[in-house]
Amino acid sequence: MSERSEITKTWKLFIGGGYPRSESGRVAPVKDISDRAGAKALAYTAQASRKDLRDAVESARAAQEKWAASSGYLRGQIIYRLAELLDGRREELVAAVRMSGRVGRTKARTEVEMGIDRTLSFAGWCDKLDSVVGGRNNVAGPFHCFSQIEATGVVAIFAPEEYSLIGFLSLALPALAAGCTIVAMPSSAEPIPALIVAECAPSADIPAGVLNVLTGLPSELVPVAAAHRDIDAIVAAVEPGLAKILQLGIAENLKRVRLVDPKAAFLDEFAWTGPSSFASVTEVKTIWHTIGV
Amino acid sequence: MTVSKTTWQYAPALESTKVEIKPSYSLFIDGAFREAKSSRTFSTINPANEAHLAQIAEADAADVNSAVVAARKALKTWRRAPALERAKYLYRIARRIQERARELAVLETMDNGKPIRETRDEDIPLAAAHFFHHAGWCDKLRWAHGTADGRTPEPIGVCGQIIPWNYPLLMAAWKIAPALACGNTVVLKPAETTSLTALRLAEILQEVDLPRGVVNIITGAGETGRELVAHPDVDKIAFTGSTEVGRAIASSTAGTRKRLTLELGGKSPNIIFADAAIDQAIEGIVSAIWVNQGQVCCAGSRLLVEESVADEVIEKLTMRMRTIRVGDPLDKNTDVGAINSRAQLDRIERFIKTGIAEGAQRNEDATASLPAKGFWCRPCFFTGVQPAHTIAREEIFGPVLAVMTFRTPDEAIARANNTMYGLSAGVWTSRGSKAYEMARQIKAGVIWCNTFNQFDPAAPFGGYRESGFGREGGRSGLSAYLA
Repeated sequence: MSERSEITKTWKLFIGGGYPRSESGRVAPVKDISDRAGAKALAYTAQASRKDLRDAVESARAAQEKWAASSGYLRGQIIYRLAELLDGRREELVAAVRMSGRVGRTKARTEVEMGIDRTLSFAGWCDKLDSVVGGRNNVAGPFHCFSQIEATGVVAIFAPEEYSLIGFLSLALPALAAGCTIVAMPSSAEPIPALIVAECAPSADIPAGVLNVLTGLPSELVPVAAAHRDIDAIVAAVEPGLAKILQLGIAENLKRVRLVDPKAAFLDEFAWTGPSSFASVTEVKTIWHTIGV
Repeated sequence: MTVSKTTWQYAPALESTKVEIKPSYSLFIDGAFREAKSSRTFSTINPANEAHLAQIAEADAADVNSAVVAARKALKTWRRAPALERAKYLYRIARRIQERARELAVLETMDNGKPIRETRDEDIPLAAAHFFHHAGWCDKLRWAHGTADGRTPEPIGVCGQIIPWNYPLLMAAWKIAPALACGNTVVLKPAETTSLTALRLAEILQEVDLPRGVVNIITGAGETGRELVAHPDVDKIAFTGSTEVGRAIASSTAGTRKRLTLELGGKSPNIIFADAAIDQAIEGIVSAIWVNQGQVCCAGSRLLVEESVADEVIEKLTMRMRTIRVGDPLDKNTDVGAINSRAQLDRIERFIKTGIAEGAQRNEDATASLPAKGFWCRPCFFTGVQPAHTIAREEIFGPVLAVMTFRTPDEAIARANNTMYGLSAGVWTSRGSKAYEMARQIKAGVIWCNTFNQFDPAAPFGGYRESGFGREGGRSGLSAYLA
């Protein structure tokens, strides 16, 4: 053997700051969809079970209060650091976005560069959301009344199948910036870009449990997330059948559900970086205090 | 100090404004009052004396459809109307509510059972204020929350709105004003026990020449509401009411493109620290749980008192409770009026029985006489309450307070957040920094520091967790009506 063969990587889950295999032991191959023969596995990913999802929600819940209480300045610096680290792995991200054969090099490069810039954009939101969305309420009485913006809590994210990097980031970053903790399910066909983000998370000082990434089948994980009573909100770019299951989950615990068109144009800057991207992952808290008494 | 009940009696001070009530009311659809296709009617009564007030039309599926069709038709021109033209209608509605305020207050009190003092000083003025506030938003939507993305905001479309009986006209205003300001059209269903002021509002809409179909008001009970929620041509459902019905609505709209906002129940904590101005806090307890007979979604129904002042608070609260006047809602001196319906009174009484059965002690002014007819419940508070007790966990929607104690701020926060709800909270302390720290840590949409049950159209209102989602009022409230 003269040529060195590649090490085919098995990517693991990201739960509570660690990288476990699925408790189910299952793995799934990542394949090139343009390869008609379709036999060759380019990599393997762990296939998360309902138990893995529950574990991830537990980790997210445990990390939630502290992350939400951290200053916007701190969260901003951490997300900025994430952008730095992603930029350092730009070529690897391009290769990962291309791996399944959905897009060519140019489109993959555009997606990666815009995805990294979007991360930078949300780093800047952390300490500005209150000013833009909240503020003083001019009430007709002797009260100081203002509304501040708080994290909804534990958020489950189902990223779109396409736009495996920027779609994932566009749904996860608002929750992260707002102080939510996340259990994110990336594209099942192209999970690697999101797993690279997960590998950068500890180096960016994202505290353990704040971001959890589970690769697996949406058809298996959607019903579990919908029924889970300790998930406060779900942001999902899934097909209508799964979307309905998530909406039915509202009846469980009044979780907020934001549905995003899975075929949306995720490269559009206006649509994905404005205050409306914080819908369902933030709560408005109105505080009244008497004046003069 | 003892309170003498017999020495001084108030003379009755009945509100003298006479209000005309027609024998029967039809549906308000496409700008006109129309008989229901269903041909069915139901009776609305005065809960303070059980006297019949009027027959009300009950809308069925065909009537709901007529209303939705009218709203859809009106949407075309209303959404494109110049913003300031829309504003003028809203300003006029506000003015007409102010001008007819006393009539509306009396009618509300007769239909709902709440004291005239509240309808006169709170419900009706706030309803007018809500229209006035939102009138001014019509031409400023570009700066509304959630739409500051560089796009011109668009209305959502036809809004089905279902409101409760506890603040009938005020809830109608909370729903209609922002919807119209944002260019939507409306089908509103008031609660079946309190239709009359919504129908008066329909008359006002005719007076101000609001284009026909922009607001349609259909009366009926749960079945009418279900038809409205299920109607395929409704773009948005806004509901205020119980968490149970909110869940059913969420299930019903799943898989549709309907937008949803829910303002649901609560079990809100009212926290008294030892360093609070105690006398002021006692008044705060009264307005938190006994205003509107406690039939308030954000009522402060769990009182958490710092242990060192618990005896003092309970003693003062007991004395204060004895001075509360329960009786004829039309009497200007009445503090607590009638419960809205027999069904609601039964529910409250079941909770009181459960509270006693589970081992808590009821404290009430047993000497206070109640009118012979009508639906009455004495204000009361329970001591010896454990966090696991039913009356400490479930929404009662009545003048029933559960009193518990705590030792440290951390314990107060843990107890405050130990609920599936998250609508409101009260914090009483003379230390500002402590108040704001509590406000930060309590998971609720509205926090009142050294006050309770304050509402204003400029202040967003709405819940965390199982108290629902979406906000009403202020800039945040507009995003619920903009696409």
